[in-house]
Formats: sequence, C-alpha cells, structure tokens
Amino acid sequence: MATQTVHHTAMTLSDHLPILQILIPFIAAPLIVFIGQRKLAWPIAFIASATSFVIACLLLSKVIGGSVISYQIGGWAPPLGIEYRVDAANAFVLFLVTGIATLVLPYARQSVGSEMPHQTQTLFYALFLLCMTGLLGVTITADAFNVFVFLEISSLSTYVLIAQGSYRDKRALTAAFNYLIMGTIGATFFVIGLGFLYMATGTLNMADLADKLTGQYESRTVRAGFAFILVGMGLKVAIFPLHFWLPNAYTYAPSAVTTFLAATATKVAIYVLLRFVFSVFQPAFLAETSTLEIIFYPFALLAMFAASFTAIFQRDLKRMLAYSSIAQIGYMLLGIALLSETGLMATIIHLFNHGITKAALFMGVGAYVLRSGSSFYVQIQGLGKTMPWTSAAVVIGGLSLIGVPGTAGFLSKWLLVQAALEQGYWPISMLIVASSLLAVMYVWRLVETLYLSTPSSEQTIQEAPLSMLLPLWAMALACIYFGFETDITLGAAKAAAQALLAGSSGMMN
Amino acid sequence: MDTSLAILLSMLLPAAAVVANLIFRNSPNLRDGLTLGAAIATFLVVLNILATVGNTTTDTFVLLEVMPGLALAFNVEPLGMMFAILASGLWIVTHVYGIGYMRGNNEDDHARFFACFSFAIFSVMGIAFAANMFTLFLFYEILTLSTYPLVAHKGTLAAVKGARTYLSILIGTSIGLQLVAVIWTFSIAGTLDFTRGGILEGLIAGPPVAILLALYAFGIGKAALMPFHRWLPAAMVAPTPVSALLHAVAVVKAGVFTMLKVGIYIFGIDFLAATGASIWLMWLAAFSIIASSVIALTKDNLKARLAYSTISQLSYITLGVALATSMGILGGSLHVVMHAMGKITLFMCAGSIYVATHKTNISQMTGLGRAMPITFIAFLIGSLSIIGLPPLGGSWSKWLLIMGAADAGQLAMIGVLLISSLLNVGYLLPLVGKGFFLTAPNKTGPTKFAESPTLVWAPPAFTAFGCIILFFYAGHIQAFLMPIIAAP
Repeated sequence: MATQTVHHTAMTLSDHLPILQILIPFIAAPLIVFIGQRKLAWPIAFIASATSFVIACLLLSKVIGGSVISYQIGGWAPPLGIEYRVDAANAFVLFLVTGIATLVLPYARQSVGSEMPHQTQTLFYALFLLCMTGLLGVTITADAFNVFVFLEISSLSTYVLIAQGSYRDKRALTAAFNYLIMGTIGATFFVIGLGFLYMATGTLNMADLADKLTGQYESRTVRAGFAFILVGMGLKVAIFPLHFWLPNAYTYAPSAVTTFLAATATKVAIYVLLRFVFSVFQPAFLAETSTLEIIFYPFALLAMFAASFTAIFQRDLKRMLAYSSIAQIGYMLLGIALLSETGLMATIIHLFNHGITKAALFMGVGAYVLRSGSSFYVQIQGLGKTMPWTSAAVVIGGLSLIGVPGTAGFLSKWLLVQAALEQGYWPISMLIVASSLLAVMYVWRLVETLYLSTPSSEQTIQEAPLSMLLPLWAMALACIYFGFETDITLGAAKAAAQALLAGSSGMMN
Repeated sequence: MDTSLAILLSMLLPAAAVVANLIFRNSPNLRDGLTLGAAIATFLVVLNILATVGNTTTDTFVLLEVMPGLALAFNVEPLGMMFAILASGLWIVTHVYGIGYMRGNNEDDHARFFACFSFAIFSVMGIAFAANMFTLFLFYEILTLSTYPLVAHKGTLAAVKGARTYLSILIGTSIGLQLVAVIWTFSIAGTLDFTRGGILEGLIAGPPVAILLALYAFGIGKAALMPFHRWLPAAMVAPTPVSALLHAVAVVKAGVFTMLKVGIYIFGIDFLAATGASIWLMWLAAFSIIASSVIALTKDNLKARLAYSTISQLSYITLGVALATSMGILGGSLHVVMHAMGKITLFMCAGSIYVATHKTNISQMTGLGRAMPITFIAFLIGSLSIIGLPPLGGSWSKWLLIMGAADAGQLAMIGVLLISSLLNVGYLLPLVGKGFFLTAPNKTGPTKFAESPTLVWAPPAFTAFGCIILFFYAGHIQAFLMPIIAAP
C-alpha cells in the first residue's frame, strides 16, 4: 500500500500530508540499512522523525477546529480503496507519537550507545523508525484491515527492540519472547474479529463498516467479532488482567525503547480501541451488550487499585513505573466507560498527559541506569544529591503522575472526577482520588530514596550528559506547560470527544 | 503601583529569593542578605497594596485561563490583605531569627532550607491573593510540597518519618477530600470565584450541603481539625524557625484562611446559618478545642505542647466559621492575627531555649528563667495573649467569638471557650512559673545571665511587644475586616 506512488498532479504538497506522515519514516528506515553507516544512522532517523513531527503539527492545526481530512490512497475511492482519515482524535495521537519520537532520539544517542554494541546500533535506528511508522499507520488509517497490517509492523519491530535489552540483562530475551506470544495472540484475535465483521458486512472501511453494522447488532457473528477485537486490542493496550507482558517488557528493554513504548504504544492501542468502540460500533451497541458494566468499569477500577498497589512494592524503578502505567490505563478505560463528553475528554487528554509524564520519568530512569548501572532502588539511593538535575526532573514527572495541581496530570484527573460527578457516580469519584493517593505512595517512596537515603556505594556518580538532560527537561517542562496551557490539549480532546461520540455520523461528514 | 502588578510582585519576590538561595548557595552572607532584602521588599509591596486599595475588594485579574471557567486569577479583599500583611511581615522577623538559629545551631544545608522557606512564602502569597478556589487549591498544594523538605530537613530517621506523616495527611486530605469538594462545587455552580454571599445558595440543599462542608472541613487538612491533626505534632521535628513561621503562622493559617474563605465566599454565612449544615462542625471544633488542650497538658516536650495548643487554637477559627454568625466570622478572622503573633512568640522562645541550652523538655527547664529573662518574659506575654487576657491582643478575638456564640444562641460554646482558656493557663504558665520561681535540682542549670544570641532572642521580644500593640489596634483591624461580613 504505502509503496504506491502518489499521482494526483492537481494536488499541492500540503494535500499529501497524510501519506507523507507515513512515507517519510517508512522510507528512511530501509535507507538507514542500505547506507549502513553508523554515523549517518542517527541523523537520518532524527531528520525523518522531526519532519514527521512538523507534518503532525500541520495536520493537527488543520483539524483541531473539528474538520476532517480524507485522503484516498492511489485515488481509489473508499470503500474499495484504502482511505486515510485525519480528525482531531487521531491528529492528536500523531502529534504525541511524532513529538515523543523526536525527543527520544536525541536522548537515545547516548543511552543506546552505552546499552548496545556498535554493530547493532545502525539497525536499532532503522527498527525505531519502522516501529514509529507502524504506530502512525495504525493511527491514521480508516481501513480496519490496514490497522492490522500496521499493527504488525509496529509489533514485530517492537519485539526486536525489546530484545536489544539483552546486552544489559539477558532476561530481555524472555521478556521479548513473552510479548511476542501475547502480542501475536492479540493480533490474531484482532484479525479474527475483523474476519467476522467482514463476513457480516463485506467491507473493511471503518465508516462503511459502521454504516452496515447498524441493524446487525443482534447478529452473533457481529458480537463475536466485537469480542475478539476487544480482547485482541485489550492485549495490546494491556488492560488489566491482560497486562502480563508489560512489566517485563518495560523493565528489560533498553531505556530509550521503554521511554518510547511507554509514551506511545499503549496510547495508540487505546486510540484504536476508542475508534472501534465509538466509530465502528456505536455507543448504542455498548449499552445493548452491557460492555461497560461487565468489562470496562470493573477492569478499569481493578487496574487502578491492583496495579497501583503492586507498584508500591517494587524493587526496580522501571518495574514500578510499568505497573503505574497499567494503573493509568485504568483511568483511561474509566473515562471511556463514563460514556460522556467529559469522560472521553479525560481519556484523550490523559492519553497525552500520561504519555509525556511517563516519557519524562523513563528518561530519568535511563539516566540513572547510565550512571549507576541499574534502576534498582538500592542503586539509586541518594542520587538526588549527585544527579540533581535528573532527579529534579524526575520529581516533576512524579508530581504529574500523582496529579498535583499545576501539572498536566492534574487536568486529566480533574476532568475524570468531573465526568464521574456529572453522572452522579460520586463513589467512583472517591475511588479515583483514592487511587491517586496510592500514586502518592509509590512516587514518594522514590523521592525518599533519591533525597533522604544515604548512597549505597562509595563511587562518585556524575550528572547525566547534556544530550540526555535536555530531552528529559523538555519533557518535564512539558508536564508543567500543559498543566497551564490547555488550548492544544483541551481543544483537541474536546473536538475528538465530540467526533467520537457522534459515532459513525462523525465519520460521514 | 498597579494592583495586579503589585500582586505579581509580591509573589515574584519570594520566588526570586528561592533562585538567589540556589545560585549563591556557597556565600552565606550574600544569600541571607538577599533573602532579607526580598522579605522586606515583599512586605513593602504588600503595604503598598494596602495603601492603594484599603479594605475594598479589587477587580479580579486573570493571569491565564486553564480551562473554560477555571482561571489562575488573583484579587485583593480584606481577609487576604490581612493574611498577606501578616505572613510577609512575620517573614522578615522569622528570617532574622532563622539566620541566628541556623548558624547558632550549626544546622546543615542552609541554602536549601532558606530556598524552601522562600518558596513556601511564595505559595502563601498566592493563597492570600487567590480570587477563586482553583487558584487557592493550586497554591495550597505547592505550600505542602515546598514545606516537606523543611520538615525532613535534618534527614534523621525521625525527621523522615515525621515528614512522611506530614505529607501523607496533608496530601491525603487535600487530594482525597478537598479536590472532590472543589470539583463538586464547580460542577454544581459552574464557577469557583470567591463571591460575597457564596455561590451555592439555591443550587444544593439538604444533607448534601453538610457532606460538601465535611469534604471541605476535613479536606483542608492544614486547619488541623481532629481527627486529621497528627501532621502538626509530626512536623515539629523541623528546625524551630519552620515551626515558628510555618506551623504557627503560614501553613496552619493558610488552612484556617481557606476555611474562612470557603465559609464566607463559597457557602456564604447566611446560607450556612439557614441550612444549619455547620452545626456538626461546631461540635467537632469544640471537641477539637478541648481534647487537644487536654493532650497538650500531658506533653513534656515543649514544641509538642505548643503544637497541640495550636491545634486547639486553630479550631477556634473553625468554630468561628461553623457558628455562621457575623461576630463568629469576625472573631475567627481576628484570631488568625492574634494567635499568629502569640504563637510565633512562643515557638521562637522555645527555639531560643534550645539554642542556648539544647533542652527540649519542660521538666528540664526549671530555673532557666533567671538565666534567660528576656526569652521567658516574651514567653509569658505570648502565653497571656493566647490565654486571652487583657491587655493583650488575644483577648479581643476571644471576646468576639464569645459574642458570636451568643448571637448564634449556642451557649454551650461560650462554656467551651471559657474552659479552654483555663486549660491554656494550665499548659502554658507552669513553664514560666518553674522558670522563674524554682531552681534547678542539684543546681545543674546556668545561674548567671546566659541568653541565646541576639538574633535569636530579639525577634521573640519584638513579637511579644506586638502582642501588646495588637490589643490597642484590634479595633482598627476589626473595622478593616467589616466588609467581609457586610451583606452582599
């Protein structure tokens, strides 16, 4: 698909932005391999991702008002041809993915250099771009089967990226293998679900699917299809209790990979879930099948508490953050379950806010790994004094994770509590704040370790290099910036929530 | 000076002091001098605002709008004005005292200490001038976080544990209860602006009013209403300047200030009185007053005793709100000032004794009065003001509170206030009595004049004098505060 050249001579370059969004990293990845020079690999990757970021910004600025861009690949009109469709919801996700990638790459240079041997570094950057291509493709496409194709592109490259952690710790191999099995099951379920839907409707274009599915909600085929898609995507999202692959994958992957995945991969999967739940199926279908009551509410609440609780008792900082991610996914699910504009806004804005928060935190962890050799709590004791800049940024990230006012995380929590109160579900609003108190516990354990414990080793530890500190601080400052300046985040979330709640009618305009 | 600019300046100056402390961390005199300059400048800026606007309420000035209806906004109104003068004025005194204490006591990490201290003042200014509950909540949380390193300052196991209690109760109540209350208010009223007469009338009725009030009353953990009072004794592990300014003035007063703001501008006094939603709070505050006074009697550690005394005195102010009468509100507001002046004196005296003799327990202080007469006389004056005897400031606020209780027809509360005064006598005066009239067993204590360094004894002497001055100027403060109880 993506290899098809674009031949609309009448169109200007800016009309081709949707396809360029995918093509640039997709072409840059093999380019890196063909050139094969380690020194050139990083610049190419960085230019590709920075260009993608610019494109994503342009796309977002076009659709944030609520309009929709439809792009037909090769000029073939949907539903026969593949359509790319950009609206506020996915433009916002594209913005997140490309933005994080552009900041992770400068950071990766030093981090990857220390965690991987020279000969594999060239391939690392190629894989990184491929993974990014996959994530962007999943986000931008309006074709259900195309989602699967891009999902596999991103997943396969992710497995390899995680396995790169084996140079530091051999357990990365089992973690990658575990994820390979689970991820493949997820992808298979997803494609089986698509098969059922195709059986019932004979189409794969999302808008067309939505149209033809209306009136077939009683059909067993359709319901089975929905169930397979939900479980399949649930595995990729790491919905509790389908999360078992995630802690190991995040813990043993190279720090740069963890940063990128934690900030983007699960977020993209959440987006796909939103798309399928709200656009392909309608909110009415959810009500009819009691999906919210049986699946979303209980598992969201379980994730918020069980995973937060587990996070408190971890000995490895990376693993703690991984469990915290699972808990945060619970918040996003809860926003979906509340089934209101405010609830969806909370989900979408938290998707972004949690992305930047976790990126900041994992970047900090990567700096600790570089300087002290590991991310175990005992190894990072007292680093607040020796690595003041890194630690200060980590604390800012931690505060945003708790949702302290003045940080990005606060706004998502505010919206979520507000959404619960609007529905009159005040016990849920109390549960939300109660689970953020668990976040206080695991974040404060980290703060005490960094600042109030005596260092475990005598060796002198230096501050992280500037190439890591700058992206880290960019992320930390973003956590504060987006806590006050909400035109982009809130605007996009509002437009996206309205588009999603409009269901298929939103797809048709 | 333009008022909005002056408000910003009153926050930027302490923020600049934070930066100055971090940059010049290795040159103590320059660092402490700059902070003193910032403190004086802040005080002058606040006085300038006072001179410009008096006790009127200025227009709200919006710094930025975070979400539709939720803005970071500031304005000046009498209660906030009073709090800002109090905090910035006492910051100067405490800073002088802090320099003497930290140097005299050879504490570590002065730069971090004074940086956090200034950061706390920055957030207090934000709280004082907040024009809506959202802004107030933001600075309320920053205040908790900026004072956490001060409590944990010594880095010992006890300090770490104390700081953990401090943080978990303050953050736990504010996120767990207050945040829900704020969002609930916002979803009912659609605004969080502090408005004379409240914003809730007609929008909520019946038991939910009492529940919402409970979420606020317990959520404002800094007001130390029982059973969420444990953080205050726990915070006493901090160096004494912290206890003096933050845990007698800035932090705890931020708590009761928030209580007052919520009572006056969110619920509205008339609305509270009409619904009777605050009756339970009145009884709880009364319980808190008596119970913590009784606990104070049992404490031998001087700072712990003062901490429980503070819990008791803070509940006076909560009681003033819960009475839901004009006199009660006025008495509570006045008590913010009176108690601040009295309690900061007592804490600075406790620190002075510690610097001079390294004694922390009251039983060891027998006979010390003759060696440290200035400290002990200051302590006596502070105590009498807390007890509420003329001619000291504390007598007026207690008088108004009793009038408020009478207005509300709650005669039992008059009894509570009187019993509490007796208990105050019981836990505060023995120290002075033993200090002056008994001699230390086996003559272990110093017998000659042995005061602490001048920078340590002068500030409490100054604030003790302030307690006397306040007695004569209470009428002015009361007149200044009148607009807050005027009909909307």
